This record gives sequence, C-alpha cells and structure tokens, in this order.
Amino acid sequence: MSLVFAGVCSHAPGITGRAKRADPAVRDAFYANLDELRVRLEATRPDVLIVIAAEHFANFFMNNMPAYCMGLADEYEGPIEDEDWLAIRRTAVPGNVDLSRRIITYMLGEIDLSYAEEWKFDHGIMVPLNFLTPQYDLPVIPVNVNCQGPPLTTLERAYEFGRVLRRACDAQPERIALVGTGGISHWPATPDSGVINEAWDRDFLDRFINNRRVELVAYTDEETLRDAGQGGFEIRTFLTVAGATEGATGELLFYAPIPIFAVGCTVAEMTVQQA
Amino acid sequence: MERAPYRACSVWRKYRIEHAVCPMSLYYVQKLLYQLNRDPTVRKRFDADLEDLLGEYSLTGEERAAIVDGDIGLLYVMGVNGQILMHYAALIGQEWDEYIAAMKQGVTDHGPVRGGLYTLLEDREQ
Repeated sequence: MSLVFAGVCSHAPGITGRAKRADPAVRDAFYANLDELRVRLEATRPDVLIVIAAEHFANFFMNNMPAYCMGLADEYEGPIEDEDWLAIRRTAVPGNVDLSRRIITYMLGEIDLSYAEEWKFDHGIMVPLNFLTPQYDLPVIPVNVNCQGPPLTTLERAYEFGRVLRRACDAQPERIALVGTGGISHWPATPDSGVINEAWDRDFLDRFINNRRVELVAYTDEETLRDAGQGGFEIRTFLTVAGATEGATGELLFYAPIPIFAVGCTVAEMTVQQA
Repeated sequence: MERAPYRACSVWRKYRIEHAVCPMSLYYVQKLLYQLNRDPTVRKRFDADLEDLLGEYSLTGEERAAIVDGDIGLLYVMGVNGQILMHYAALIGQEWDEYIAAMKQGVTDHGPVRGGLYTLLEDREQ
C-alpha cells in the first residue's frame, strides 16, 4: 500500500540496562509514551516495520563502513550485547527478504545503499523493539546510517535518503511503518556520559516536529559536535524520517533529559500524508 | 548543560572532523575489541589462548599490555571508541560507574585522548 506510520524514539542502552537507577516518575512517563507510540503504530496495522538506526560497531566496522545499509534477510537476531547488561533477552526477529529486495532495488535507482543478508541487532534497534514490538511478531527491516565513524554522510543526504525511502515504500503493496532512532545531544560511553544539552535538543525537536528541512540540514558537524557531542551525529536518523514525511509535521509525545540513560529521552510521531 | 564551553576554533575543528582517521595500530586495537564483542569464537580464544589471538593483530607493546591488563583508562586515552570499549569493560566485569571512573582516571594518569574521534572533543576549555 504505502508508508502508514512514522515516528522516532531514543535507543540508549541505559533505557533498559540501567532502568532501576532512573527517577521512577520520569522513567515511567517515558515508558508510557513509548507504549503510546506502540499503540499508535499498531493502530495503522503495519505489515512490516523499517527501523532507521545508528548502530554502534555491531555489524559494521572501519574496514568496510557503508554510509547506508538495509537488511536483506528473513530473520535477524539480537541483542548482540550481553543480555544482562542490556536487560533484554536474545531472540530471533523476523524480517521480510522479499520486501527488502523490492525496496532496495527501487532505491538503488535513485540513491546508493548497501545491503546485508546477516545482521545482529544491537541496542540501537533492540531497545526500540523492546517497547514497540515486545512480542517480536512484526517483521522488521533494519537500516543503518553511519553516525559513529567519520567521514559521515551529510545531513542533506540523510534527508534525501528519507525522501527516496518514502517513494520506495509508496510503490509497494504492503503497509509499512517507519521508526527512526537516535540521539539527540549526548556524549555516550565517554567520561561525559550523562551530559545532555536540553536547550539544543528542544531547538532541534522544534525544527524536526515542524519538518523545517532548511533548518534541519543547516547544522555543520563541528557545530553538532560542539553543542550536542559525538552522539549528536545520530540526528541523521531523525532527518531520514523527516525526509520520508516531507511536507507534514508531527507531535512530540515526550522529551525529558534522563542522565542515567545518557540521553534526552524522546518519543514523537510524524504525520504520514497519503498521496 | 554542565559541560564546559568549547573554544572558538571552528576551522581547525572542521579540518579535524574531516581528517579523523585512526592511527593504524589504534585501528587494530579497535578491531580486536570489535570482534571480541560480536564473535563468541573470538571470546573463547581470548579466554583460552590470548597470546595467540593477539599475535594476529598489529599492536604496539603498550596496546598489547593495555588489553592484557584490561586497562580501560589507557585504552580510552589511546582513542578506543566508547561504543566498543564499554562492552569490553562489561566483559571483564566492570559495572557502569567503574567504567566511567576508569576513563576519567585514564585521563588523569595518561593525559588527553591521543587518537580517534574523541580528540575532536578536546577543544573545550578545561
């Protein structure tokens, strides 16, 4: 059919792995909004969920780093991390190789991307799935945007990737949901872990929710690094979702800095306008 | 935001972002830890025959010692990406707070980060 749902959420491993150390009131409000995103996603009756992720050296390393890669398999597994560390049990996650192949083939006509027939999900995908498809019964198609190891794709290109992905989805008979997952400002896994630039995050979210493309692509990487840390490079996943919903705005369901989760925790839905 | 502000040196920072290529031996330190994180067979070899495993990577003596000793602070200072390093810390039994403290201690003991992505974060005023 077409794209039927689009949203974004955070994916930091602390969201599940260090859950007991967070302020219960803020944590539970965050969890409640993740569950609201799940309800909204399920209401659109998707056949498949595409996750735009920013993985962290689980499958892709500096020996062969794709700027963009899409999964091409009927089954994935995750988490690759220690189960107790992430507090998520290892499981098989269904894919849809046929739909992956059709989307990749369509997209290659307009933009370059790699594919992977083997993919072990890290927290960047497993934490969102833990909340959005807790039974792991909805087929998933993973997409990775390299946000970890520079040189990185440009923000303009990340937005354009979303535009092309949207056209590819709209050319398929299936009902397709899309969730982007990333930052926003954070300095994860460094001595500055837990630092969050709330003002920067809120300004970014205003640009994102209102889908102001010119302002979204205006950040330079040096500005992002200065104001939002190396974790801020993950805004590329948000920009891909914005590109896939160009012309529409969204709704911010939740935002709050949760330092022990090392990120400003975010849940938002973007309106999907049907052509 | 509690973080210290950066100095205004955007041109130099931009140059360094575009040229943030790892020194070759740091690449192999990270490659070893990346494979250790994701491949159970490499983990078995790590436990059973570490010397043999390390022999397959192009490492300096300091890098080899830091891995053998589980010196998270020194590995951080060498420039190992935290998204790789935090899993190695967990593998050798460090809790999250210990991991963060080890990186800070590493900077205290060995000075600023020497290579990799995090050198770009050091333009802030101390």
